[in-house]
Amino acid sequence: MIRSTHLPLLVTLATFVLAFALCASAYPAMLSTRVVANLLTDNAFLGIAAVGMTFVILSGGIDLSIGSVIAFTGVFLAVVLRDTQMHPLMAFALALVIATVFGAIMGALIHYLEMPPFIVTLAGMFLARGAAYVLSTESVPITHEFYDTLQGLYWRDPSGGRFRLIGGVMVLTFLVGIVVAHRTRFGQNVYALGGGEQTARLMGVPLASTTICTYAISGGLAGLSGIVFSLYTSAGYSLATVGVELDAIAAVVIGGTLLTGGYGFVAGTFFGILIMGLIQTYIVFDGTLSSWWTKIVIGGLLFAFILLQKGLTWATQARRRTATGSAAPS
Amino acid sequence: MTDPVRPVLHARGISKFFPGTIALDDVELRLNPGEVHALLGENGAGKSTLIKCLTGAYQRDAGTLLLDGAPINPASTAASQKLGIGTVYQEVNLLPNLTVAENLFLGRQPLRGGFVSRRRMNAMARETLAGYGLKIDPTEPLTAYSVAVQQVVAIARAVDMSGKVLILDEPTASLDRDEVALLFSVIRQLKARGLAIVFITHFLDQVFEICDRATILRNGRVVGDCALAEVSRREVITMMLGRQLEARVHSKKTGTVGKPLVQVADLGRRGMIEPFSLDIHEGEVVGLAGLLGSGRTETANLIFGAVMPDQGRIRLRGTDITIRTPRDAVAHGFALCPEDRKSEGIVGDLSVRDNIILALQARQGWMRPIPRAKVTEIADRYVRALDIRLASLDTPIRLLSGGNQQKALLARWLATNPAFLILDEPTRGIDVGAHAEIIALIDQLRADGMALLVASSELEELVAYSTRVVVLRDRVQICELTGDQITPDTIVQAIADDPHPHAEPV
Repeated sequence: MIRSTHLPLLVTLATFVLAFALCASAYPAMLSTRVVANLLTDNAFLGIAAVGMTFVILSGGIDLSIGSVIAFTGVFLAVVLRDTQMHPLMAFALALVIATVFGAIMGALIHYLEMPPFIVTLAGMFLARGAAYVLSTESVPITHEFYDTLQGLYWRDPSGGRFRLIGGVMVLTFLVGIVVAHRTRFGQNVYALGGGEQTARLMGVPLASTTICTYAISGGLAGLSGIVFSLYTSAGYSLATVGVELDAIAAVVIGGTLLTGGYGFVAGTFFGILIMGLIQTYIVFDGTLSSWWTKIVIGGLLFAFILLQKGLTWATQARRRTATGSAAPS
Repeated sequence: MTDPVRPVLHARGISKFFPGTIALDDVELRLNPGEVHALLGENGAGKSTLIKCLTGAYQRDAGTLLLDGAPINPASTAASQKLGIGTVYQEVNLLPNLTVAENLFLGRQPLRGGFVSRRRMNAMARETLAGYGLKIDPTEPLTAYSVAVQQVVAIARAVDMSGKVLILDEPTASLDRDEVALLFSVIRQLKARGLAIVFITHFLDQVFEICDRATILRNGRVVGDCALAEVSRREVITMMLGRQLEARVHSKKTGTVGKPLVQVADLGRRGMIEPFSLDIHEGEVVGLAGLLGSGRTETANLIFGAVMPDQGRIRLRGTDITIRTPRDAVAHGFALCPEDRKSEGIVGDLSVRDNIILALQARQGWMRPIPRAKVTEIADRYVRALDIRLASLDTPIRLLSGGNQQKALLARWLATNPAFLILDEPTRGIDVGAHAEIIALIDQLRADGMALLVASSELEELVAYSTRVVVLRDRVQICELTGDQITPDTIVQAIADDPHPHAEPV
């Protein structure tokens, strides 16, 4: 029997397969490893950030700060590499620590001050964006040989697709995310928190550490996403990645995670990202469509998925009503 | 019972104070191993406060707690769970989004190499539940199963984690007969294993079926601790509702009963209360008696339109009226002081003045604000008339004592000058002095010609002010007592068994 909790994930998968089939039938050239490789490369930063967002949404929260954190990390790296002799690896580590601590502080505020995540991370969004402006209002190019080395790393598929490093980082992030969500006590606590805070408290879930860790992960992954974005664009710009948090939320929801928390899968978000990337690619292939069609299709998809989730909730409730009493002991 | 067995859990002299009330006063509770112990009492008697003190959800203000003879001071529910005291609540406190196994092992999942071993977790869950006679698939979501099965899963989790004392807080409230039987078989198994079990319920049948002993609380005090084999159902009810006082004279019912004001015919709602008919006359107090869950509050809510009836009609002064919402009821001159002051009555952060004027302003509509001077005048008049003690009219009402809050609520409705006043537990949780004043006030209003319907679990109180008492049991009106029939004794008799021979069946 197909579990109702798995159904949104299956719908996401089916949507992806259907979308790919449609694209391929219109433009057979899209059925190449080159397109797949580009899909991974172009969406790497978004995908990494979306993993963090998945954890936050699973726990019943939201993180609006990640777009700003990505931009801040990019500007921070660019300015540090321009003005100091620090090795990029050291700068990466520093950026990750800053982003993680930033997330952890937001998590602590949310938990201890009992503030809505929406408000706290909105403040975080303005703070991080403002900090990026303080560092530089200009776009700062990054020219470092280590960057060239990293950007030159790829595995070339025999048929021509270049699977670059950053795409690999994204896939690895997803794999780690899946294991953490489903095979660790922390991951189970995140689901528990999303299922009901009061109940989770009564069941002994450490609410403080779970909340703080969840937002620290989201912040840290936004930092990693910023590093990947700087590798992708070779620059740091404080106006970059505006609204990426909303793209990440969209990917998470299209990936079948319930916005109210508790239900969903990290793997679903991966396909959510791919679906959104696919739409973009289709529009590029078409050439005549405005790129705003991406937004329209994503909007439509979001509505469809929200309706699906609502329908599923109703269906489960109806089933529960009829099932009461029928599940007798044997 | 002079049992030489050392109790597993012994609570002595437990007291707990809240602003304006004494929730628990020198309460003692002894739990022996292998015993199912009922904790009985009406709403507000202190059952849930006592449980919260035992599980560490509240910190007690006085008294000692001995677990296996050693004093304990649990600071949180998690701490008491570690010590061995597990609790299962009426609302299943498991997570609906997780599977049965995940719920059972949340926070203590079997690990292999640092990662949760789902296979072992599911196998262990299957084994544990089989021990309770449940052969279910633990990989299914919790919500795939009935509430009874979920309760057993919650019990299994609590026993697994604690294993000395199990507190069941109204576990059967939403179960049907077969599900209760399943739960009871589990309780009997646990009893045989030597656990001490506290069982809280409002269903006396279940108490006599499953429990060995009972501690009965009333107004925060222990009024009885007995082996259930040695007492009758009637004695238990008497203890819960109050000791029978020596025949007090209640001859002060002056004034005359006037014309019928409100006539209720066959009003009812399926699943809530059986259809009932009731006439209330001007200058009359009709008391509603019955145990908790017998339909007292439901009766009041149905007449006031707080709950939509699905049949029946209401006549006011001989003409049919339609009441769909409390707004309609207020427009017809009805008023209702609800049972739960805190959540349904007062607006805690608003001043006493604003709280008093609320109903009157609501009836006027927001288009016609009552002038400030008028508001103050009205509030002032009732504060003086009802002797509400406060620092100033601007004091937030939540700072007042329970009795003064209740009087302010009464003032709110009296300000609308109602023809028909419904009071649901008007003396719940207030001190003795205020208690007497409210009773005197009810008597005064009646003498002035108002029609009142008062639901209460305090028998002496009902006897003191009622001109008639309607007794409810299991959501059915079982009889009506008038005149000399109104004594605590006859009311208990009517609740406990078949309608009293002297009572007129309704």
